[in-house]
Amino acid sequence: MSAFAVTATAARRRSARRETLRALISSKTFVVGAAIVGWWVFCALFASVIEPHDPLTQSADVLAPPSLHHLMGTDQLGRDVFSRWLGGARSILEIAPAATLLAVVAGTTLGLLTGYLRGAVDDIVSRLSEALLALPMIVIAVVTVVALGHSTLTLVVVVGVLFTPIVARTVRAAVLSERERDYVPAARLRGERAGYVMFAEILPNVTAPIVVEATVRLGYAIFTVAGLTFLGFGVQDPSPDWALQISDNYTLLAAGNYWWTVLFPALAIASLVIAINLIADGISQVTER
Amino acid sequence: MPVPPALELDELEVVYRVRGADRAVLHGVTLTVGAGEAYGLVGESGCGKSTAALAAVRYLPRNGRVRSGSIRVAGADVLGLSPEELRRLRAERLSLVYQNPIDALNPALRVGEQVVEVFRLRGVPRGEARERSCEALARVQIADPELILSRYPHQLSGGMAQRVVIAMALAKDPALLILDEPTTGLDATVEAEVLDLIVQLRADFQTAVLFISHNLGVIRKMCERIGVLYAGRLVEEGTVDAVLEDPQHPYTVGLIRCIPRGGARKDEGRLDSIPGFLPSLGDELPACAFANRCGLAAPICRSEEPPLYRSSEGHMSRCHFHERAQELPRATDLAPRVPVVPAVPAGEPLLRVEDVATVFHQRGRAVYALAGVSLEIWPGETLGLVGESGSGKTTLARTVLGLLEPTSGSVALDGRALPRLARRSHEQVRQLQIVFQNPDSALNRRHTVRRILLRALRKLGDLGGGAADQRLRALAESVRLSERHLALRPSQLSGGLKQRVAVARAFAGTPRLVVCDEPTSSLDVSVQAAILNLLVELQVTERVAYLFISHDLGVVRYIADRIAVLYLGRVMELGAAEAVFDGPHHPYSEALLSAVSTIDGSGRERIKLEGEPPSASEPPSGCVFHTRCHRKIGEICERQEPPLLTVADGRQMRCHIPLEELGRLQRIVDSAPVEETAV
Repeated sequence: MSAFAVTATAARRRSARRETLRALISSKTFVVGAAIVGWWVFCALFASVIEPHDPLTQSADVLAPPSLHHLMGTDQLGRDVFSRWLGGARSILEIAPAATLLAVVAGTTLGLLTGYLRGAVDDIVSRLSEALLALPMIVIAVVTVVALGHSTLTLVVVVGVLFTPIVARTVRAAVLSERERDYVPAARLRGERAGYVMFAEILPNVTAPIVVEATVRLGYAIFTVAGLTFLGFGVQDPSPDWALQISDNYTLLAAGNYWWTVLFPALAIASLVIAINLIADGISQVTER
Repeated sequence: MPVPPALELDELEVVYRVRGADRAVLHGVTLTVGAGEAYGLVGESGCGKSTAALAAVRYLPRNGRVRSGSIRVAGADVLGLSPEELRRLRAERLSLVYQNPIDALNPALRVGEQVVEVFRLRGVPRGEARERSCEALARVQIADPELILSRYPHQLSGGMAQRVVIAMALAKDPALLILDEPTTGLDATVEAEVLDLIVQLRADFQTAVLFISHNLGVIRKMCERIGVLYAGRLVEEGTVDAVLEDPQHPYTVGLIRCIPRGGARKDEGRLDSIPGFLPSLGDELPACAFANRCGLAAPICRSEEPPLYRSSEGHMSRCHFHERAQELPRATDLAPRVPVVPAVPAGEPLLRVEDVATVFHQRGRAVYALAGVSLEIWPGETLGLVGESGSGKTTLARTVLGLLEPTSGSVALDGRALPRLARRSHEQVRQLQIVFQNPDSALNRRHTVRRILLRALRKLGDLGGGAADQRLRALAESVRLSERHLALRPSQLSGGLKQRVAVARAFAGTPRLVVCDEPTSSLDVSVQAAILNLLVELQVTERVAYLFISHDLGVVRYIADRIAVLYLGRVMELGAAEAVFDGPHHPYSEALLSAVSTIDGSGRERIKLEGEPPSASEPPSGCVFHTRCHRKIGEICERQEPPLLTVADGRQMRCHIPLEELGRLQRIVDSAPVEETAV
C-alpha cells in the first residue's frame, strides 16, 4: 500500500483539532466575547491590586459624581464605585460558573441515563424535570434560599439544580441520536456494561452540544444569580457585587440624579452576559459546521 | 440545422478551495453527450462523477469553481449565462435526478403541489397543470396518480418517490437528463423496475441522458457510451460493449476483475483487487494518475502524462500501454483455495434458529417482522441471507445476536438455548460477533484504532496489559493494518481500512459465528474485493461460520455455501448456494435473480414483480407472495400458506408448485449465469 497516501491523510487530519482552534480564533464573535470575559476574569483575580481605593471603605464623600479622583463617583456610603466595579466581578464569577458546573455534571449524567436506558427511568426523570421546568424558576429559587438560609453554597446548589433538567434535556437529545449508531450495539455485543457504554463510548461523542449548552447556561446563571441578589436573596452585604450595588442604590434614582451608582454595575453585568453569549455563538458556529 | 449535442464538456477543470488552496477535482475532462444519447459515467468514490454533473448545471458547492474549460448544454454556453438565462435553462432544458428521491421532494408539501409547480413554471394554467400532473405520473406507471398526488413524500416508498421525481424531471421535456445514482438506494427488484421505466421513457421522449453510476451492470444496460473517470481524469471512453468487453486502460481492467461475476465462487480462487488507495483530494499524483497502483507502470508513466490514444473508432484510452492493458498482472494471487463445506453438513449445527417469530408494535399496529423462521448454521460455513428490504434479514441477525428478543421461538448455540444479551455467559458473548454495514457508524469516531482493538482484546480475548499489546500486533497484521494505522482515529482512515478495523474487532476473541450485515455495500468495488478475500481467508484459518447478509447476489454467490431467501419474515427457499442459483428456483428467488443487471449484458428474462412488497403489518392471506407472484396457480395460493417442505437433499422450499414443475417452467427461460456488478 502506498505509504504516501496514509501519511498525507494522517497529517491532514491530525491538524483537525488545531483547525477547530484556529477557526475559533478567526471567529470575531468568539474573540470579542473571550476578550471581555478575559477582562472580567482578570479583574476578579487581581482587583485588590488594581483597585485605586478599598471597595469596602466608607468615606464622608458620599454620592460624589464621577471625577478624576473617583472615576465613577461614590455611592451613598462614600465607597468608590470604580473600585467596587472592578471588584464586583469576583462574586459572580465564583457563583455562576460553579452553579453551571454542577448543572452540567448532573445534567450530563441524567441525560446519558435517560437517553441511553430509556424506558421507566426516562419516563420518571423526564416527567419530574418537566414538572420542575413548569414552575417559575425565580419563585422556587427564592423559596429554597429562604428555607435553606443565605450562603454562597446554597446559591450555587439552587441555581445548579434548577438548571440541571435543562442541560439533561439537551444531552438526552444528543444521546438519543448517538445511540442509534452501530458502535453502541457493537459495545454491548462484547459484553460492556451500561456505564461503560454511556461514559466511555457515547459521552466523548456528545461533548460538542454539551460545551455549547454549558456556555449558554453560564450566561443564564449570571442572570439568575444577579436577579436573586437584586431581590435580596443572593450575595449579601458588604460584597461589592454588581447586582447588590444596583439593589442598594436604585432607590436613589428617584431621589436625585445619581445615575453613576447604578449604570456602571448594570453595564458590567450586561457586558459579561453578552460576552458569554458571543462565546457560545462562536463555539456553536465552529462545531456545527 | 443540425441539433447540437445535449452536453459538451471541453477541457473542463473544476477546483475546490480547501483551506485556502485550490484542489483540482476535474482535470481537463472532455466529453460529449449527443442529442438523444445515453452516456454513462463510472468511477469509484471521489473520482469527480457528481462534480461533473453539478458543474454542468452550474450548481457547484460554494467552494467549487470552474477554473478553465467550457460547458455547453444544448448549444448554450452554461458558464456565460446571466442568472435569469441560467434559471430558464434549468427550468426548461435540464433535469437532474439524485440518489435519494425522498430528499429531493419537499417533505412539507403534498406531492401534487410539487409536480404542479413544474408545469406552472412553464406557464401552464393551474387547472390544466393538475391534469398534466396526473398524466405525467401515469406515464411513469403510477397506477393511481390522484392518490399519489394527494400524499406527502414520507408516505411514499423509495421506488414510488423516485418515479415521482423522474416524472417531474421529464415534465419539461428536457434536452438533457442527468441521473446521479438514481437507483443506488433501491432494492434490486425496484431498481430493475425503475431502470426499465427509464429505458422506455427514453424511447418515448428521445431525451439525452448522462447516467452516473458506480454499477457497471446498470451502465451496461442503460447506456450506449461510457466514460471511466479516475482521480478527475477521463481515462477511458468508448461504446459500452467496447469498453466492458475489450478494456484498454488498466484501471478499467482492474475494476472489472474486482467484481465477483460469472458465477465466481470462493473455492475457485480469490478475487483480484487494485492495490493501494483511491487518491484523495489534493494528493500529489504522478504524470499518469493511476501509475502508483498500476501493475504495468513504467518510468514513462511517471514522467509523461499519457495522451488519449484512439484504439478504434470512438474508443479512447489514456494509457501509454493501452494495447497491453489486459495483460495487467493480478494484484492478489489466485490461491489459496477454500475447502468446500458439504452442501448437506453432518454433525451438530453450531446455531439453531427454531420457529422464531418477532412482532413489533408501532403506533398501535403489529408488524410481523419474522414469522416462524427456522434454520441452522454449521461450523465453518457461510449462510447467505437475501431478500428485499423489509424481508426481516436484519431482524433475524439482531435476534441471533441477542440485540432483539424473539416474540416466540428460540435460538440455540451448541444445543443450548441463548438467553437475551444481558444474561449471556462470557463464552456465549465471545462466540457471536458482528461486522456492520457502515464502519463510520460501527467504530467510535472518538477512539483510536489501538483503543478500539485493545478494548475488544480485553473484553473478548480475556487479555490484559502486555499480552493484549502483543496480540494486538498479530490481530492488526491478520487484517493487514500496519502499526502506523493504530494511532489513528477512524475518520483518518479510508473506507476499506475502517472496515478492516471492524473485522479485526469482531475477530479479537476467536468467534465461532460472525454476522456480516452488508459488510461491503458501503465500499468501492476494488475495496470490496479485498474485504471479501479477507473474510474468506479468516474463515479458513479460524474456522468461523458467517451469517452473511447482502443484497448483492454476485457477492452472496461468491461467498455463501448455503443461501436462505427471506420474504416478509418467512424463509421462502433454503439450500446450497449452487442449487439456489442454478434452479429450479422459488418464484420469488427467480424474480430476484432476474432483476440483476449483468456486466456482460446477458441477463435473464426480466420477471416483473407486481407492485410493491406488501406491508408486514398486514401480510397477505395464504402464500404471502401470491400478490406479486408470476407463477400463481390459483385460489389455493390465496387461501393456504404452503409449508416449507424439504424438496431435495438439504433444500427447502415454500411453494404450492412442486419442484419438478418449477424446473420445467423455468428451464425455458434461463441458462445465463448471474452476476451483480458494482463499482
